Amino acid sequence: MSTASTSATGAPVDAVARAAQSDAAKAAKRAVQRRKASVWAGRIGFAVLFLGGWELAARTNTIDPFFYGQPSGIWKSLQNLFTNGTEFGSIYANIWVTMQEALIGFAIGAVAGVIVGVALGQSRYLADVLGPYIKIVNAIPRIVLGSIFIVAFGLGTLPKILLAAVLVFFVVFFNAFQGVREVDRNILANAKVLGASRLQVTRHVIVPSALTWIIASLHSAFGFAIVGALVGEVLGSQQGLGLIIKQAQNQFDPNTVFAAMFLIAALVLMAEWVIGKFEHWLLSWRPAAPSEASNAI
Amino acid sequence: MADTHNGRIEIEGVTKRFLTPSGEIFTAIKDVSFTVEPGQFCAVVGPTGCGKSTTLGMVSGLDKPSEGTVKVGGKVVDGITDGVSFMFQADALLPWKTVLANVALGPIFRGVGKAEAQTRARDWLRRVGLAGFEDRYPHQLSGGMRKRVAMAAALINEPKILMMDEPFGALDVQTKAIMSNELLGLWEQSRPAVLFITHDLDEAVALADKVVVMTSSPGTVKAVYDIDLPRPRGSVQDIRFEPRFLELQHQIWDTLREEVERAYARTSGAPTKEGKAA
Repeated sequence: MSTASTSATGAPVDAVARAAQSDAAKAAKRAVQRRKASVWAGRIGFAVLFLGGWELAARTNTIDPFFYGQPSGIWKSLQNLFTNGTEFGSIYANIWVTMQEALIGFAIGAVAGVIVGVALGQSRYLADVLGPYIKIVNAIPRIVLGSIFIVAFGLGTLPKILLAAVLVFFVVFFNAFQGVREVDRNILANAKVLGASRLQVTRHVIVPSALTWIIASLHSAFGFAIVGALVGEVLGSQQGLGLIIKQAQNQFDPNTVFAAMFLIAALVLMAEWVIGKFEHWLLSWRPAAPSEASNAI
Repeated sequence: MADTHNGRIEIEGVTKRFLTPSGEIFTAIKDVSFTVEPGQFCAVVGPTGCGKSTTLGMVSGLDKPSEGTVKVGGKVVDGITDGVSFMFQADALLPWKTVLANVALGPIFRGVGKAEAQTRARDWLRRVGLAGFEDRYPHQLSGGMRKRVAMAAALINEPKILMMDEPFGALDVQTKAIMSNELLGLWEQSRPAVLFITHDLDEAVALADKVVVMTSSPGTVKAVYDIDLPRPRGSVQDIRFEPRFLELQHQIWDTLREEVERAYARTSGAPTKEGKAA
């Protein structure tokens, strides 16, 4: 009797449960979308408030636009840079020069940093011998090296590349070094017992293991590469965004300085995006971080 | 195989001392001697900190004795011992390599071509019941499955000695029993000498031909028992109820209990010099 009644009502009950479930899923989706929309509204609101407040304060002379610029002026400067170019050729040529310096310096510094970091991380003796010197070199404000490079190598791109490479090197080096020291002892012992040679241990165990650390450092390292290139250009050059900034400074033109600043920020964000993609590809074996695994509702 | 190439392990009067960071000398094991015959399954039991893992490290050649000698196949161990595989309590799998690539590492490290190594790895994964999981990463597997991968990775080089350092220590009881049975099955096929470290006496008696009981701080050999339970043993869950198993288990436990209690009193009571170093 009771079985008959459940089987008779089974189908509709099932359908009701399914409908309820799909309703819950729809509601959950809506909640996620609402949250996304509110985050974007907040972001846009913040930008409007910040830029609007700046513009308003400049127009009412609460802050002096002669020193601090104003968003509308920055926008005009940007337009001017792109339409009329600069004294040192088109804006694209200048961007290209700066990017070239930063990218080449970044590549040299990163590769050297990884190689030296991995080598020193594996040799206790070398690490002990060179440890204090590395600390000293790290304590030196390396940006000052820019002056020396410019005196030694002239106003071309080489001194900027070198400065960017030096700045990048130390960031990457320290991370690679630390990454190598953090390699799991069991994994290392296991590879050795399985018959791995030193080179195989480095290639299959140590480098991939340190990669998480190295990649994390690349994000901040690219920022340093740009800083190196820009400072080099400010110190002395014939072309580049740093030179545009210096020129604008000499002409008391804060709007162009800000315009160049925003351009650089955009370039760094683009580079960050590329590095992020690269990171994602290299570290695809990793489990999803808890923050991106699922949305709590 | 030539007689010099067998897996006989001879540990003779081995002492191992460490210098602690505070500058004191800590004796991990003292005057340890025992022998494992080729194809013998030898379990080492003892309280925490009795130098069991230190002993394994010296047989594998990862570590050197301060005194005494370790011989494998009649040759004194110097550098990484040939034909040895290791299995740890923690995973020693490379998290950035797939299951297949992890198992294929052994042959690749020995100079086997990639295609051949992968064929062998596939075969071993099938043997441990993981066919179809070749392309997963270790973090996508359960604890028991990861252990199977580790087992395949350890056995693929066809070692003459298999060293296991509490390999199933982190598993739940059911998974542990299943893994023990699988280990026995695989071991019966190729019969390497096994040096199996555990602090679970039941596990030791159920699996081994010989049980070495060690004392702690410093680690010394207290007694050696031969386990004469017939092979093949069958399920490790069932053997636990056989009278002979219980008899042996009681006998060994009497020896072991004293040591365990001593070690417990030391670690839970007021910290002594030795306790700190361990």
